[in-house]
Amino acid sequence: MTRSFRLLAGSLVIAALAPMALAQGLDPERAQSLREGHMKLMGLNIGMLGAMAKEEQPYDAEMAAAAAGNLAALGSIDQRFYWVEGSSSEDLEESRALPAIWENMDDFNSKTEALHGAAMKMEEAAGTDLASLQAAMGPLGEACGSCHEDYRKPEE
Amino acid sequence: MIGRALGAAIAIILLAGGVGWMLTSPEPLPASAVEGPPGDPERGALVFAAAGCASCHVAPDTDIGDAPVLAGGMAFVSPFGTFHAPNISPSPQGVGDWSDAEIMDAVMRGVSPSGAHYYPALPYAAYAMADPQDMRDLVAHLRTLPPSSQENLPHEVPFPFSIRRGVGLWKALNLRQGWVIEDDLPEPAARGRYLAEALGHCGECHTPRGPLGGLDHAQWLGGAPNPLGDGRIPNITPGGLKWSEGEIAYYLGTGFTPEFDTAGGEMAAVVSELAKLPDEDRAAIAAYLKAVPAIEPAAE
Repeated sequence: MTRSFRLLAGSLVIAALAPMALAQGLDPERAQSLREGHMKLMGLNIGMLGAMAKEEQPYDAEMAAAAAGNLAALGSIDQRFYWVEGSSSEDLEESRALPAIWENMDDFNSKTEALHGAAMKMEEAAGTDLASLQAAMGPLGEACGSCHEDYRKPEE
Repeated sequence: MIGRALGAAIAIILLAGGVGWMLTSPEPLPASAVEGPPGDPERGALVFAAAGCASCHVAPDTDIGDAPVLAGGMAFVSPFGTFHAPNISPSPQGVGDWSDAEIMDAVMRGVSPSGAHYYPALPYAAYAMADPQDMRDLVAHLRTLPPSSQENLPHEVPFPFSIRRGVGLWKALNLRQGWVIEDDLPEPAARGRYLAEALGHCGECHTPRGPLGGLDHAQWLGGAPNPLGDGRIPNITPGGLKWSEGEIAYYLGTGFTPEFDTAGGEMAAVVSELAKLPDEDRAAIAAYLKAVPAIEPAAE
């Protein structure tokens, strides 16, 4: 084994471990605020779609497609780096992430994946017409709610 | 002299005991309420969703879906003990062997087939106001759902609440004879009252309770402590909930608040059941909530 190969192998190992180390090392308060940012970005785009669905805003196929595209992209993000231990509602005052998340990470991940699925369906529907957009809002809300039901602490 | 006083005292005790016994005796529905056209399971599916049966009677951590397995087992913690939802699926361990009248007595009167009281964790005080035809439809639907052989868990209720006869006293105080909001409501608010007060039993969580566990009607839907511990169940009278009727109806169908946050906690399951109802029913509930007297939020 040559020295350069060892170096290469070593750096590959480091590169592979880096995200994990980062995830474990990320400050819980920062992780919490990053998560909240992600939720707010989703909320912004759902709000654009919802205003059209409720006919508070005129339907605009291009705007709707853009918002739904953003939502699908946000839903596709691998969130593992900011669900760090020590950032639950029992650890941090401002966190509403129930400890049950870390006890049921597989179920939690499957709910995140279900949201991504609903967001992709919305992406197909939103640019088609208003009726399709309106019909896709229900499953989207259901996907949001099924996770909030089990894993989000109620507001004080 | 002493003999006569003793005799009188015994007579009074016997009389009081007799009246108490009568007051607390389980009372099934009159035959007239049970008899009628046979239930329609398709209509019953909507009654079932509006009444939120599955939210409590599916196994813990189970999604409701379209044909829920009503195996029971969820635990409900209260100041009087911990209650476990029973199996109400159409099986020998559930209610498969019960007659329609027996199921209706359980749901609308809190009386078991053997004539014992059920604890009011089952909101029969609300279901007592249900339309008997809706209940027959509900029973017909219940019989189409998948069976479960799950055995029931016993309730963990300490003395004196372990004496079921005492529930009769609770019923004498709390079993409703009429609407909480007695006004002559126009449609669709009247339909909304039926959905919210009878089937939906919103008051069970959104209204505070007195020391004996009865709902405080003067604070109807004014918000209450969360029995699960975290936060409060919100005030949904016009004093606490400032959303428009349209916003309320949309929330009940999709879970989205006007800010496009979503329902969480127990309400998420309520919304996913209410989403199965026609739009007009959710609009009716919203109209009713606007007709309820405003309860001003308690000072912080």
